[in-house]
Amino acid sequence: MIFTLITFYFLDFAALLPESFHGLAQIQLVPAILGGSLLILLFLAILTLLFGRIYCSSICPMGIYQDIVSWISKRRLFSKKKKRYNYSKAKNILRWTVLAATIIAFFAGFPILLGLIDPYSAWGRIISNAFRPVYMGGNNVLESIFTSFGNYTFYKVEIVMLSLFSFVVALITFFTIGFFAWRYGRTYCNTICPVGTVLGFLSKFSLFKIRIDESLCNSCGSCATKCKASCIDSKNHTVDYTRCVDCFNCLSSCSKNALAFSPSFKKKRATRAEADNKTDKNKRQFLFAGLTTAIAVPAGYAQNKAAELTGNHKYIRKNAICPPGAVSAEHLLEHCTACHLCISRCPSKVIKPAFMEYGLGGMMQPMMNYDKGFCNYNCTVCSDVCPSHALKSLTIEEKHMTQIGRVTFHEDICVVHTEGTNCGACAEHCPTQAVTMIPYEGHEGLTIPFITPDICVGCGGCEYICPVRPYRAIYVEGNKEHKQRKAFKEEKKEDVVIDGFGF
Amino acid sequence: MDRRNFLRAIAITGAAATIKTSAGMDVLAQTLENTQTGKPVDMVAVMGGEPDAMFKRAISELGGMGKFIKKGYKVVVKPNIGWDKAPELAGNTNPKLVSEIVRQCFAAGAKEVTVFDHTCDDWLKCYKNSGIEAAAKAAGAKVVPAHEESYYKSVSLPNGVTLKNTKIHQAILDCDAWINVPVLKHHGGANLTISMKNYMGIVWDRRIFHASGLQQCIADVCTYSKKPVLNVVDAYRIVKTNGPQGRSASDVVTTKGLFVSQDIVAVDTAATKFFGQVREIPLDHVGHLANGQKLKLGTMDIEKLNIKRIKI
Repeated sequence: MIFTLITFYFLDFAALLPESFHGLAQIQLVPAILGGSLLILLFLAILTLLFGRIYCSSICPMGIYQDIVSWISKRRLFSKKKKRYNYSKAKNILRWTVLAATIIAFFAGFPILLGLIDPYSAWGRIISNAFRPVYMGGNNVLESIFTSFGNYTFYKVEIVMLSLFSFVVALITFFTIGFFAWRYGRTYCNTICPVGTVLGFLSKFSLFKIRIDESLCNSCGSCATKCKASCIDSKNHTVDYTRCVDCFNCLSSCSKNALAFSPSFKKKRATRAEADNKTDKNKRQFLFAGLTTAIAVPAGYAQNKAAELTGNHKYIRKNAICPPGAVSAEHLLEHCTACHLCISRCPSKVIKPAFMEYGLGGMMQPMMNYDKGFCNYNCTVCSDVCPSHALKSLTIEEKHMTQIGRVTFHEDICVVHTEGTNCGACAEHCPTQAVTMIPYEGHEGLTIPFITPDICVGCGGCEYICPVRPYRAIYVEGNKEHKQRKAFKEEKKEDVVIDGFGF
Repeated sequence: MDRRNFLRAIAITGAAATIKTSAGMDVLAQTLENTQTGKPVDMVAVMGGEPDAMFKRAISELGGMGKFIKKGYKVVVKPNIGWDKAPELAGNTNPKLVSEIVRQCFAAGAKEVTVFDHTCDDWLKCYKNSGIEAAAKAAGAKVVPAHEESYYKSVSLPNGVTLKNTKIHQAILDCDAWINVPVLKHHGGANLTISMKNYMGIVWDRRIFHASGLQQCIADVCTYSKKPVLNVVDAYRIVKTNGPQGRSASDVVTTKGLFVSQDIVAVDTAATKFFGQVREIPLDHVGHLANGQKLKLGTMDIEKLNIKRIKI
């Protein structure tokens, strides 16, 4: 249920779901930690201490995705033999290493690692990058059918790739996790996922657990073949609670009724599965190789790009612009896991995943891109939906006064100067008139942009519409730290009374 | 007559017979006459009423909507819905005026009335917050999207000076008649935006206008063969400064005016003079007027026209 809703919330370009559904994203663990939502954390901790990893089987969208994949893989169509899982030992060293690495990287200024493997954010990226375009394509097919009959219930939407990098990352995540789910069930949750590791640790102490009644169990192993977490050791009558995700598939599989999900009183504590000291070298190697490639390739690309542009660097933005509510590039870096929810929900489609603009650590974090649109003055959707408060919620009045960047104008390439014709497209789009048209000296009837960066909000209307190419005559330079813009002087309210027509 | 000539004659007659009478032809054939005096009226200017009341009065002075909209017509009403602004801020055409025009079209027997604009702000917000979508739908019109290139088709503008072709919205291409309903506003680029500038809402690529000479391109696009059967200038509230959006209520003046004419240059000239009473604006600063006159789209010499001036 949560899975369907949260997935649809990401897909939903037409804003059919009310905005309050962003609550679904807020109950996700990593956003809650980053956003400092103590109540949600407390709730999740109590939930886990009572019932174990319920989170992993019903709240986490990535968990449910894996269940769907393994359910499909068990269909007759795909496997002649009946699919069985086997007990395997816990890869504790790997799990805790990944968790430690994630935390260290996070505090060292590389939240990208957390963003990459946080299940909620990874799922958000998969939906935003891969499924949303398909959903929109479907809409466009319906639109063309309905419109041809004169029905305008549907409208066309433009499908664009957000960013190649983010797309590739999303696809790799999708297929890698999907592959392991197909073959081995919840491998991702129990080896990589940092949320799984933390909740698994808590689950050891939970009140309700799957318990095996040794007096009834004949070690037939039927339950273990059903366990997608591979955590039931039927020979020793033990369950590894750090890995059990509360799917309850084992309960019905037992012909002796030896299994029960119950609070512990009588039973001795199940011995923890022995820590496996042999780390899976291949997996680790794969991870490191993947990570190195992911970092090295774009870095090289960005360097080339920068070199190529130095000739006209004065027309190029130096600092990326972070969305309203981000407070500063630093705050964004420290709180954002690149779940892409703001990117998906932005009605003006001006938020794109960053490549190297924020540096290595900020890859795929949201940044403003004014090529195809600009930030609507009266809109606060991105900061409203952000689950980790990387974008702090803004009221409409606060948004109006927030300066995310400052306008920069280059008269030498402006068409009014170069062609001697009227334009004014930039001023037309400026909500605060930080860009306004003033008489162009020596040219009767011509007006030229005049900028007042202090009252600019950085919405990018001017940059979006400027017709000059390849470099635009007007663009927004990002504020690394967002500022308050100055108030503009309102025109004197005149009570003009007009009696005549004037002609 | 030899066989070849005979066949040729047949072919030409056949071709001629297939030509459909279009709205443009009807308009060319008719002259507007004042019902009382019998003298043709070139323009009606109304002041002092609500937008819908002023339009009712104006259209009856012109002989009723039936003169322009025939039974079974597919009609487009094209307001300015460019900005995410409430009606009080006058960034867009007054919704009351739009709904009254839609109603009159249906009363005249229109089969279908379509309303759209290529907006500048997010189109969904503009349609909603301008109040126009709701008002037009309530009057029975279809409100169609215009935010995607695929809704537009390429047309050539053989008489254009700079702009030789452009992409125009399908709804305009398909209609039998369209009514141009701009709002009078200050404009940082074109100095004023009225009926001619409102054409920029039926085209897809507007950057090229700005890049290759805004005032000429505005006149050029107005040479498109299917002209509006009426230009209705909404001057109920006008943005006097910081146009075309305006940034606060203090940019807006309530002037309660409405100008209607088939002559697009004349009605814009009149509106410019009207605006000039609020804030000085020389006619030659609104460069597309003279450019339009040069292209024979109409006349700036409105003294010579028969203008019906009405105060309510």
